[in-house]
Amino acid sequence: MKGYYGKYGGQFVPELLMPALEELDREYEKMRSDKKFQDELDYLLKDFGGRPTPLYHAPNLSQKYGIKIYLKREDLVHGGAHKLNNALGQALLAKHMGKKRIVAETGAGQHGTATAMAAARLGMEATVYMGAKDVERQKMNVYRMELMGTEVIPVETGSKTLKDAINEAMRDWVTNVKDTHYLIGSVVGPHPYPMIVRDFQSVIGKEARKQILEKEGKLPDSIVACTGGGSNAMGIFHPFIKDDVDLFAVEAGGKELKEGATVAYHSASLCEGKEGILHGAHTKVLQNKDGQILESTSISAGLDYAGVGPELAYLVNIGRLKPRYITDDMAVNAFNELSRKEGIIPALESSHAVGYVLENAKSGELGETVIINLSGRGDKDLESLIKRRDGNENS
Amino acid sequence: MRASLKGEMEMKIADKFEELKEKKEAALITYICAGDPDIESTKDIVYALEKGGADIIELGLPFSDPVADGPVIQAASVRAIQNGMDTDSYFKLISDLETDIPLVCMTYYNLVYAHGIKEFVSDCAKSGICGLIIPDLPVEEAGELIAESREKGVANIFMVTPNTPADRIEKVSQNTSGFIYVVPRMGVTGGKTELGESLKVQLDGIKSNKPKAVGFGISTKEQAEEAVKDGADGVIVGSALVNIVASGDNVLERIESLTRDIKSGCKKA
Repeated sequence: MKGYYGKYGGQFVPELLMPALEELDREYEKMRSDKKFQDELDYLLKDFGGRPTPLYHAPNLSQKYGIKIYLKREDLVHGGAHKLNNALGQALLAKHMGKKRIVAETGAGQHGTATAMAAARLGMEATVYMGAKDVERQKMNVYRMELMGTEVIPVETGSKTLKDAINEAMRDWVTNVKDTHYLIGSVVGPHPYPMIVRDFQSVIGKEARKQILEKEGKLPDSIVACTGGGSNAMGIFHPFIKDDVDLFAVEAGGKELKEGATVAYHSASLCEGKEGILHGAHTKVLQNKDGQILESTSISAGLDYAGVGPELAYLVNIGRLKPRYITDDMAVNAFNELSRKEGIIPALESSHAVGYVLENAKSGELGETVIINLSGRGDKDLESLIKRRDGNENS
Repeated sequence: MRASLKGEMEMKIADKFEELKEKKEAALITYICAGDPDIESTKDIVYALEKGGADIIELGLPFSDPVADGPVIQAASVRAIQNGMDTDSYFKLISDLETDIPLVCMTYYNLVYAHGIKEFVSDCAKSGICGLIIPDLPVEEAGELIAESREKGVANIFMVTPNTPADRIEKVSQNTSGFIYVVPRMGVTGGKTELGESLKVQLDGIKSNKPKAVGFGISTKEQAEEAVKDGADGVIVGSALVNIVASGDNVLERIESLTRDIKSGCKKA
């Protein structure tokens, strides 16, 4: 069936959106092999976005932890995260489809910022929905979006985080689907989104593959990426799926791996989620016994999500992908360690991937050479980390 | 309600439309959210709807993330879930209702999936649910649910929207049982909908002899009259009733009176 990864994926959306998904699928297939479109996107990624990003050997961490650690520097992409790869691709696609307006959701604000940049560059109107809790903990990104002419709408329903922002963006899209493209920021949602976002993010893995072969003359033993919805993870993993390389998806373990009646104290859908349907796809979902979606928890707004991309759920089920988690505290330690040792301040999201490597480097599980996808930079997180340090935690 | 013979539930909806057709009336289908604000109130509200003249009652099984609904039904869902509504209490509530009006369950697919598709449909039939509306389940993904529903005699009500192309209208019509849910505008539930020539065109474009009921943003007698004039076999009212429940002010009397008023707009020429 169309848009399935094993049993995961599909198109579980209101009837109003079915024609839009069919149109998107059709237009994307056209643009996928359209040389002019691809050249235009390559140009934007290079001269506007700053690609290719370096694959950086982190000498001080490598020495301390005893394995060779490479960082794929997506933190150096324009805007400070990998999100621009997909935002530029989809905005360009939307423009080719004749859409005037873009609507998007954002968690940490990185996808919203990338959307704002792409919309400003391509002369499109943009509205971004952001959970009220995330607006509070990621203020700098709200200012950035507004500076670039994007309207940011705080969402006050539910857990006031990413899940609720997606709900609102979908409601907006249902209402304005004629002239509006929904620019989903992760490999989630109904088909064809998980495929489109993965394809646009695969530039990360394609570059990394070439770069590691140049530097090491061989592939790495393992690749580690943080996973909320999973776009940076699918982006770096995808070109390595058929290789003998271990892939680790590191989720947010939050405070502890426990669940209450309406709240999960973590965001680890691959590790702990059950089969379900959320935001248009059959995937692994944090939910109670009846199927009510739980509010997720994480220090990192970008990972704070109760679902995960269907292709990741599939890769876990067939044993190709190893799901892991890191707690808030371990992520903060990694944040401090990378800043201190290498002079690179990682996003709290990416700090989960770094944290997993630091915690497990000596176990042998990661082999001798590892690539960490450093999906974003941490400037946006400084305010909430300073509050946390001063005992005034707001997350 | 009593348990039914195979097929009897689904037929209840068809029989209702037949009965109304003879009386030259369109059906008034009313939606409320089960468990909003609590289970006992829901029973009283159902009886108020019945007294007011509702022909079919949709009882929402609330979901935490109702993407097809506007703010009014979202808020009702939150109230109901907070007050303990869950899938088991829902079916118990339906079983306990003493009414002959056909009852339809409106919910989201994850709740059906989590309960088990087979078991959910079976519990519908056992408790007295005649039909299922699942707004995030398009026909393409509904194969298993349709098969189970046919087996148990529960109707599957699918939607046609203003942007549904002709080939999809046919697919939706073929898979629908009970009635076709016609959405007259783009968007989510609630708000106010301007009906007019476009609704007539939309209804004429649905080449099916199955009953067509119009819903989303219908809240007045005048709108009901307009929809019936344009060819609707039924009108669906939800958010306007849920608003009354939310107000907590003289709820039963106002529910009954609004129902009666809108029903008076359901006469066919």
